[in-house]
Amino acid sequence: MTLLSVENLRVTFPSDQGPVEVVKGLSFSLGRERLGIVGESGSGKSMTGRAVMGLIGKPARVTADRMEFEGQDLRNLPESRLRALRGARMSMVLQDPKFSLNPVIRIGDQIAEALEFHTALNARARRAKVLEALEAVRIDDPERVARQYPHEVSGGMGQRVMIAMMVVMEPALMIADEPTSALDVSVRGQVLDIMDDLVRRRGMGLMLISHDLNMVARWCDRILVMYQGRIVEELGAGQLSAASHPYTRGLLASVPRIDEDRPRLPVLDRAALEAAR
Amino acid sequence: MTLTHRLLPPLQFLLMLAVTFLGLLAITFVIGRVVPIDPVIAVVGDRATKETYEATRLAMGLDDPLIVQFVRYVGAVLQGNLGNSIGTGRAVVDDLARVFPATLEMATIGILIGVAMGVPMGVWAAARQGTWVDQVIRVVGLAGYAIPAFWLGLVGLVLFYAKLRWVGGPGRIDLFLDGMVPVRTGLLLVDAALAGDWNSFRSAFSHIVLPASILGFFSLAYIARMTRSFMLEQLGQEYITTARVKGAPERVILWRHAFRPIRVQLITVIGLSYAGLLEGSVMIETVFSWPGIGNYLTTALLNADMNAVLGATLVVGAVFVGINKGSDALYRLLDPRART
Repeated sequence: MTLLSVENLRVTFPSDQGPVEVVKGLSFSLGRERLGIVGESGSGKSMTGRAVMGLIGKPARVTADRMEFEGQDLRNLPESRLRALRGARMSMVLQDPKFSLNPVIRIGDQIAEALEFHTALNARARRAKVLEALEAVRIDDPERVARQYPHEVSGGMGQRVMIAMMVVMEPALMIADEPTSALDVSVRGQVLDIMDDLVRRRGMGLMLISHDLNMVARWCDRILVMYQGRIVEELGAGQLSAASHPYTRGLLASVPRIDEDRPRLPVLDRAALEAAR
Repeated sequence: MTLTHRLLPPLQFLLMLAVTFLGLLAITFVIGRVVPIDPVIAVVGDRATKETYEATRLAMGLDDPLIVQFVRYVGAVLQGNLGNSIGTGRAVVDDLARVFPATLEMATIGILIGVAMGVPMGVWAAARQGTWVDQVIRVVGLAGYAIPAFWLGLVGLVLFYAKLRWVGGPGRIDLFLDGMVPVRTGLLLVDAALAGDWNSFRSAFSHIVLPASILGFFSLAYIARMTRSFMLEQLGQEYITTARVKGAPERVILWRHAFRPIRVQLITVIGLSYAGLLEGSVMIETVFSWPGIGNYLTTALLNADMNAVLGATLVVGAVFVGINKGSDALYRLLDPRART
């Protein structure tokens, strides 16, 4: 079943030199699966996620021929209806818990907020749900963590809190925008593991946005490769070696391997990429 | 937590307070020595003989080493003795006990107006950045910076007192009620309320409302502008996006997610603004014949009345120290990051 279908999505920012299109006619659909979106900085991958969440405000402009989520047209949805969807039916894990968690609100209260906005549960019931969510992201001592402030927990723990906050309402779609880039390498796998587990167990759709091709290949069913606001290639997770677009090939070639004997890693040949367009 | 752990922070706090006050005393003491006013001549007059001058100088202890004089000064201050004022002929302490509450009363009402209106205005302007609301609030703020206090005071008096008769004129209370209320706190509104003298209360209120509103307007301009810029910085933070992702309504985003983190910064701004008002606005106090500390200090300066000047300076300094320490304590209450 299709959760989200997007056709010809465009995001445009005004500038002194005229409008700049950062997403140039993107089309894709997402079911209850794990979709990876890969691309370099400025390729428009984050903008795509934010456009779906309806988070792009003025002065930018978002247009699409079709943008449907669970049968609802997102394009002209009034802000109040969009708000009812956000946090409840779709949610987004942001990059760095150091910045994405409010520094002066207790962790438990921040998680409980989603329940406060979308349900009629009383404080006691909300608290039970919060502890449940913290347990779901494998936090051993949920009572203590719920009372703590974000600066008192580590980055890996913070990101688990963020995930708990985003799954507490059991949404249908979760967008994860570079969820591990700010974390220590040692906890990345763990965080992705937790996320993956929740997504599969609850049958959610996941949109994993990252610049790390290999990571996305490992955790997703399907990969979209973005370059300069466009999808240049769509691959099944196992078909990485079959990639044909010069950008994807260039990215793959620049990754060091353990059995390496190349004295220099190749860099992307931008001129060739321009010619291929 | 052991007993020492519990006792240590307040002890440290008191020690720091004592050191700060000692520094303050040192500064007022030094000022008293370096100003080109001879305290002996101030007492004996400039026609006294050389013998009288020398005898007085010795009697005043001005021949002792500076450190002895300083210790004596600190001792006198601790005993509440600030000397006598040449201008009023009374003990400076008594003068200050009379003029400071007058300023305190006006400044407190002023800062309450400034906070009650300035903070919501700043938040509103930030939430509607670039719209006409923002522009109007900006113009109001600019007016608060640009309009001189004495002009606003005079125009206010002409309009609301002379023409419209909405408020009382200069002074703290109508003349025929002056001195009717027994002095307990020195705050006329409080004293009148304590005495149950509602006639005096009404009269005092009608006198204070205009100058306090003008002070309120000036602090409002500053507070609104700072609140706006703090809020704009907050609204660009990533956790605001997180709140939106959770489906937070606009009101919650503004007041819970953006406003809570800026409370600490606002306390600094409000504290400084309040301290500034407590220094006594000389312009406003002069225009409104308000017997406050600003008026007292200015008069004392013009009369070279050093005891009064130093005493009043000490009070103003103590107010600054007190407000700073107060905001420090509030930080810890409001920002979990400052607690560790």
